[in-house]
Amino acid sequence: MDFADSPTEAEFRARLRAWLETNNPGLPASSTDDEYWRGQAAWHHALYDAGFFALSWPEAIGGHGLPATFDAIVDDELAAAGAPPRPSLGYLVHGILEHGSEDVARRFLPGIVNGRDRWCQGFSEPDAGSDLASLRTRADLDGDSYVVTGHKVWTSYSDDADWCMVLARTDHIVAKHKGISAFALPMDQPGVARRPLRMINGITKEFGEVHFDGARVPVENMIGAPGEGWRLAMTVVSHEREPGELGYVARYRKVVNELVAQVRGRPGAFDAEQVRELGWAIVESEMLRLHVCRRLCDRLDGIVHRPDGSIDKLLMTEVEQQVGHAALSVGGAGHQGMHDTWRNVYLYSRAQSVMGGTSQIQRNLVAQRILGLPTA
Amino acid sequence: MDVRLSPEQQALRDAAARVVDQLGPHTVAQLGDGERSKKLDAAVQAAGWRELRVEGDDGRPWASGVETAIVAEELGRGLADAAFVGPTLGAELRRLAGAPAATSSETVVLDASLTDLARTDSASDDLAGALAIDTAGSSDGLIGMPDGKIGKVPVEPSSADVDLTRPSARVISGAIAEPLAGAKRSLGADPHRKWIALGLALTCADLVGVMRGTVALATAYAAERRQYGVPVGSFQAVQHLLADALVATEGAASVMLHAAWAVDALAPVDALAAGSTAKAYCARAARAVCETSIQVHGGIGNTWECLAHVYLRRALLSIDAFGGVGPSLARVLEHHGIVGADGLR
Repeated sequence: MDFADSPTEAEFRARLRAWLETNNPGLPASSTDDEYWRGQAAWHHALYDAGFFALSWPEAIGGHGLPATFDAIVDDELAAAGAPPRPSLGYLVHGILEHGSEDVARRFLPGIVNGRDRWCQGFSEPDAGSDLASLRTRADLDGDSYVVTGHKVWTSYSDDADWCMVLARTDHIVAKHKGISAFALPMDQPGVARRPLRMINGITKEFGEVHFDGARVPVENMIGAPGEGWRLAMTVVSHEREPGELGYVARYRKVVNELVAQVRGRPGAFDAEQVRELGWAIVESEMLRLHVCRRLCDRLDGIVHRPDGSIDKLLMTEVEQQVGHAALSVGGAGHQGMHDTWRNVYLYSRAQSVMGGTSQIQRNLVAQRILGLPTA
Repeated sequence: MDVRLSPEQQALRDAAARVVDQLGPHTVAQLGDGERSKKLDAAVQAAGWRELRVEGDDGRPWASGVETAIVAEELGRGLADAAFVGPTLGAELRRLAGAPAATSSETVVLDASLTDLARTDSASDDLAGALAIDTAGSSDGLIGMPDGKIGKVPVEPSSADVDLTRPSARVISGAIAEPLAGAKRSLGADPHRKWIALGLALTCADLVGVMRGTVALATAYAAERRQYGVPVGSFQAVQHLLADALVATEGAASVMLHAAWAVDALAPVDALAAGSTAKAYCARAARAVCETSIQVHGGIGNTWECLAHVYLRRALLSIDAFGGVGPSLARVLEHHGIVGADGLR
């Protein structure tokens, strides 16, 4: 049991630290500012091109084939340098790796990994949120392509996406979980209409909705077999619930470090309650860092899908919302138009208990699948 | 980095689990079974777990903070009414002072705030409030003396124990502390920090064990207790309470493991910060989880016969020993250069 770096890890850490000294773009913490999203693609390319992204993914798709623990080192160093977090798209990569054919993986994964192709995830619909399997978007076979019709919402990055991993119903007779298939759908075509959604903190570059009206997707772009869409979705959301996959530890610690610097510089200007909120944000973000180390090490012998991701999602939510409360408390709500960043960090944190499966759904899963409590 | 337990560490965990599962109290009535608790004490003694922090041939302790925490966690989970944390901290203090290992059972005396080693040169009021913890089988406690020396002082049982599994004791009024025979050095600032770091790690480990034990107790009860013709554990309201309890336990386990590792692997000031971070998290989590267990047990949970309050009471001692939420948060903030957070204590 050892939290310390091995010699290889230490060498990697030193190299990354040196690179960050001259390559930190100084973007704001992700998702709290449109400026972040404007610079995000360039940051992805820079990280990837320098060899500091896609560390634990297979070399065949542009990764480095390293143990997942290297991701924890990246998060440590990004936070310490005040650099933006790494792009969060491991869930797409794992979904395609596990369910897509070799051909699909070869055609799509390198572009996702190196950041040259932008992807969004078309899962949720207006009437299919927590009850995702009730989705109504349909894909009907017409010659050598499927014709997709439906409405996706709460779709992250849909505005800039080149591709959408879309879930659509291909079989209307079988049980609702079994009639869903997944596709890699090209977004630049007449049958796709997208509209940004403004989040409660005012940002417009993250959230969106997409209307598919006769959009076409070639049959060879189906990811997995017909009817495998639900299983793929479960793989994707299980990775989407893992803070180690998302790299969010770096995002939280960057905010905490900035708040600490603010309070340290003016100790008399903050009351006990503000300092207490900051203290909890320090403790919580450190807890998540260590919890991620534990989980990533559990993967050293290979990924095993367990319902533990729901525990991790709930811990991550607790951390993000505590960091949000510290930002609000220390930074203020910004009544004078100052500190907008902190207010926006706070407002954005409310989404964490909804996105990727609500906290209520996660608690159901923990109670039933881990604690083994009976269902009603 | 590989924070998985080694095969040896897993074997130690299994061995400790077997001992408490066989010999620990499974009902409140069994707490009064002297034969059983004697057997448990003998098993802990025979396993050598209280000597894990005794100096080995290379000058280092026989086992790291991690092994020590593994045992503490299992003993907490099983509500072991045999001394462990107290004597282990005593052994650590002797090792840090370069003194030979104890020849009879002894523990440590904490000051009135319970956050640090008691000192004989503090105001007499403080010593009256000083508390020797985890004193089963011990009639002596180690205590700080002037110039950083470590002394030994006789203690007598306290009449009002919060924890029903681990008795505390008071320094006998008017007793004189004797400097430890054979001590080679006084306790410097860094060894002192290291000792507190071990105290924090072990109380965190005990709390993680307590949380695991009481979550298991409440989960089993919720699956079996029926109302409205169904198990109460099938209601979402009850499920969510228990889910939150498990989530808090897992977060606590992650910070605790790091604190236990930090005791020997990090510089004392960083080990102290790791321990304080872990303690703030574990202290808050443990109280909430123990309260949840009582709530899930309903009316039964508010009776003396239910083990749920035994877990809560054990947690109350482990929370306060070496400092609970307030003192731990203050230490964390100080480590980040935010001083004057004394309002939190």
